[in-house]
Order: sequence, then structure tokens, then C-alpha cells
Amino acid sequence: MKVSRWVWGAAIVVYAFLYLPLAIVVAFSFNDSALNAEWVGFTLDWYRLLFRDDVMIEAATHTLLIGFVTCVVATVLGTLAGYAMYKYRLRLLPVLVLTPIAIPEILMGVSLLIFFVMLNMTLGLVSITLSHIAFCIGFVAIVVRSRLQGMDESLVEAARDLGASPITAFRRITLPLIMPGIIAGALMAFTLSIDDFVISFFTAGVGSNTLPLEIYSRVKVPVKLNPEVNAVSTLLMLLTLSLILIVSKVAPSALRAGD
Amino acid sequence: MRNLSSRLSRWLISGPPLLYLLIFFAAPTLIMVFAAFRIPGDYGGLLPLLQTDDAGKTEVLINAGNWHDFITFENFGRFFEDSIYAELFLKSFWYAGITTLICIVLAYPLAWLIARSNKKTRDLLVLLVILPFWSNFLIRVYAWMIILGPQSYFSVALNHLLALVGIEPVSLLFSQFAVIIGLVYVHLPFMVLPLYANLEKHDMALLDAAQDLGANAWQRFWRITWPLSLPGVWAGTALVFIPALGMFAIPDLLGGTNSIMIGNLIKQQFLDSRDWPFGSVLSIMLTLSVLLMAAIAGWAGRSKKERA
Repeated sequence: MKVSRWVWGAAIVVYAFLYLPLAIVVAFSFNDSALNAEWVGFTLDWYRLLFRDDVMIEAATHTLLIGFVTCVVATVLGTLAGYAMYKYRLRLLPVLVLTPIAIPEILMGVSLLIFFVMLNMTLGLVSITLSHIAFCIGFVAIVVRSRLQGMDESLVEAARDLGASPITAFRRITLPLIMPGIIAGALMAFTLSIDDFVISFFTAGVGSNTLPLEIYSRVKVPVKLNPEVNAVSTLLMLLTLSLILIVSKVAPSALRAGD
Repeated sequence: MRNLSSRLSRWLISGPPLLYLLIFFAAPTLIMVFAAFRIPGDYGGLLPLLQTDDAGKTEVLINAGNWHDFITFENFGRFFEDSIYAELFLKSFWYAGITTLICIVLAYPLAWLIARSNKKTRDLLVLLVILPFWSNFLIRVYAWMIILGPQSYFSVALNHLLALVGIEPVSLLFSQFAVIIGLVYVHLPFMVLPLYANLEKHDMALLDAAQDLGANAWQRFWRITWPLSLPGVWAGTALVFIPALGMFAIPDLLGGTNSIMIGNLIKQQFLDSRDWPFGSVLSIMLTLSVLLMAAIAGWAGRSKKERA
């Protein structure tokens, strides 16, 4: 059945709705006016200003550091969780892995805040990282498990029949086959960590601002002009975009979380 | 022996993530539930149950005789006493509900187009839906602060149009309207993907048959496509409604003083008034609302599928 012209028209309008706002941010990052209102002319001033802004650079360093550690730890734990959920009939683990993804983020944020304060832990980079790992494990686990479900189990059986130990069979057969899933999961964990706002908001302390937190504190006061925010947003989008394009090359199915 | 080693490997594999999530997800959640029954401390947080003196000796303050000085149901009482909290919950349900409805309307043509495209175009169209979703959440909200700002092209043009028909100029930012736009914008992909996954499976012969029997486009949609797509609609509803219900950053940045949601009140209790017990009560109520909604969506999606 042919798609009618009306559906095409409506779909184009919705795609425009998805992309125009982001295009506006990018455009204004090159606009020669600090007011986000009118196009005046092209400039790179805001990027120059941005690279001299120590607060923003420190926040970016924090973000990348947290993202990197989160990515490594969450990938290891998430791969184990995904494998365990595929291989064994477990009751508790799937609940603990999937609930953090399903509930509103604020619930995890406030409960972790109480938890860290009760342990007398100073809120900062460590508490943010520990929290990020907790919510990223689930995403990695789901991607790895779906990759395992698409794997041909008879390959492992054949290796075992030919005398490979379970560990050898895992290392030589299973691991290479699920590697795209693991890489996709790792990039997802990294992206989720550098983009996270809500959970960082509750678990951050003095002097541990991440990029999203710094952006928030600058746009929260609308009277102040922040042309730099447009520039940093554009760079952040560029970073995420390249990560996502890598994922879509490595494991196209990993992106379709909604299926 | 074999049984032992297989059990050991089972624990070695599932143990580390299990332990991590028990410590950093299950324990904090249980502590929060417990905190809902505690009394706020003098300087915020919770009234301590233990006291450590200068010599480093720790004393347990709570005992069988005085436990009601430390444990209370009052926080829950407070929630039900003042109707302002129930009203805020209702308002948040309203925001999340409207958001879900608008998402269904916007997602439908998109999902239909994707489902009816050929394989190659389909992957590209799906990627185009997902891409903005992966860009930073705050940036997406900030983009609307620019668009709805008083001096933006959009606001100026709209107020020009309104002036032509004699309506007073409106301020778009910091309003209920802005909050709902923000919520729709951020959650739309969560509706498109499950809906597309459902529409893709429809048998087109049904629509051809209906057309041959004289049904017009409108009838074909309401009598065939829509009922068949309900499981997808309900899945999308769960994915949109639940996160939208607990949102605090969008009302915080795009809303005015009277367009706040549950999330904003929870944030206030934890960070501004530092009343953790009451903040925990609100969080528990939010959790219960989420569970209720998930149960409704799951039940409705399934029973429709069985009927079909």
C-alpha cells in the first residue's frame, strides 16, 4: 500500500520539529551577537571564549574522566550481568539490572544522595562515578544479552565437543562473537555518562561540576547572556554524534532499544 | 564436583554485578524507604540514631522505650492532610498524560512512514529519530528556551499574528505550554520506536480487503490499523508517561512558578528545605504512581493483544 501524501507531509513536519531546535543552537553558536534572538553575522568568538574559560574546561575534564571510568567498569559488570542473564535462570539480578532503567531518574538520584551522605562520603567525582556505573550496567547488559540471543549456540557446543574447556570456548568463540555488542554497550555507557544531568545533579558536591551541570547553572539564570553555552552544546553534540555513528557501524541493532 | 564448579562459575559471573547493584541501587532505595519514617534532623537530613562523643565512643540513642521519638508515620500524614500535594500529583499526571497524547499524534505518521518504507530507507529514518534523542538532554531543553524566548523569531512572529486578530501579545517561556512542549520534545522518540515496531508487523492485505469492500481511509484507520496498533501505543505510553511524570529539569527551566511538577517538589525537599523524610515520602508516592502506570499499560497492552 502506498504511503499517502498527507502522511509524508506530517512526517516531514515532525522531523523538522525534532531537528530545528538543535539546528538553532548550532547556528547561534556562530552568531556574532550575544543575544539568542537575531542572526547578525558569522563569528568564532564564542569558541575562542570557550577555550579560555577555565571553569568550563575543568567541567569538561571532570565529564570525560567520569565517563571514562564509568565506561570501563560498567562495561565489565554489564557484560557479566548480560551473560549471566542469558545463561542462567536468575530472579534477583534481572530486577536489579532493569529497574534503574525503568524508573524516573530522580528516584535513583535522591536515594543515592541519602546513601552517600549517611555513609559520610564527601559528594564529588567519586560519588558521581559510582552512581553513573549503577545506571549504566543495565544498558550494557541489555545490549550484550540481545547479542547473545542472536548467537548460534551450536558453535560453542561444537567447540566443547572438540575438547575445548568452557573457558577456552568462551574466550575463543563466545567473546569474539559478542564483541560488537560489548563495544556498542561501552560506547552507550560512555555517552549516557557524559550526557547525564539528573543523577549527577543530586550526587555532585562543591567543585565537582560536570559539563551538563555547568550548562544548567548558566542557563538557569535567563537574564545572563551565555553565548558560550551554544558553542559548548555544539561541541558536545558533535562528540555524541560521532560516538553514535561508531555504534551504528559496529552494531546497528544495539541502537534499537525500543524494539 | 561438576555441579560445584558450575555453581561456582555461576556465582563468579553473576556475583560482581549483583553485588554492585545491591550496594548502589537496592541499599539506597531501602534506606530511602526507611527515611520516610524518620524525623528530620536539626540541620537538615535525618535526626541521628547514633551519637559519637569526643572520645570516639558511639552511643545508640534509640531504644525500646523511646523509639517513637525517632520513628514516625507523620510524614505520610502530612502528605494526605494538605490537599496541595494531591493536587500537585494530579497536575503532574495531567502534564504527563497530555504529553503522551501529543506524542501519539506526532509519532503516528512518522512510525507509519518508517514501517511502510523499504529496508534501506527504513534504517536511515529510524536513525534520524534516534539521533536527537542521543544529544544532551539539557541542550534539547535549552534549545526551546531560545525558541520560546521573548525576542525569538518565533515569539515575535506569533505575537504579530495575534495582534492582527486583536489578541494581546503572549509570553511563551515559563508557562505550562513551554513545559508541555519540552516534555513532548524530549520523549517523542520513545513513542515512535515501539509504535513503528508494531506497525511494521501489520498485514497490508487487511487494508486492501477493507478498501475493496468500500471502506474509506478514515474507516480503514479507525477500524483496522488503530485497534491493531494498541499494544505498540501502550508500550510507548509506558515509555513516555513514566519518565515524564518524574521530570524536574524541564519545569525548572521552561516552567513558571505555577507549572512545577512532583519532581520539583522532591528536589526542593532534598536540596533546599532539606526535609529528607518528607522528600522520601514524595519519592515513594512517585514510585507507587509509576508502578501503577506500568501495571495499567502492561495490562491494557496485553488484553488488547489477546482480543485481536
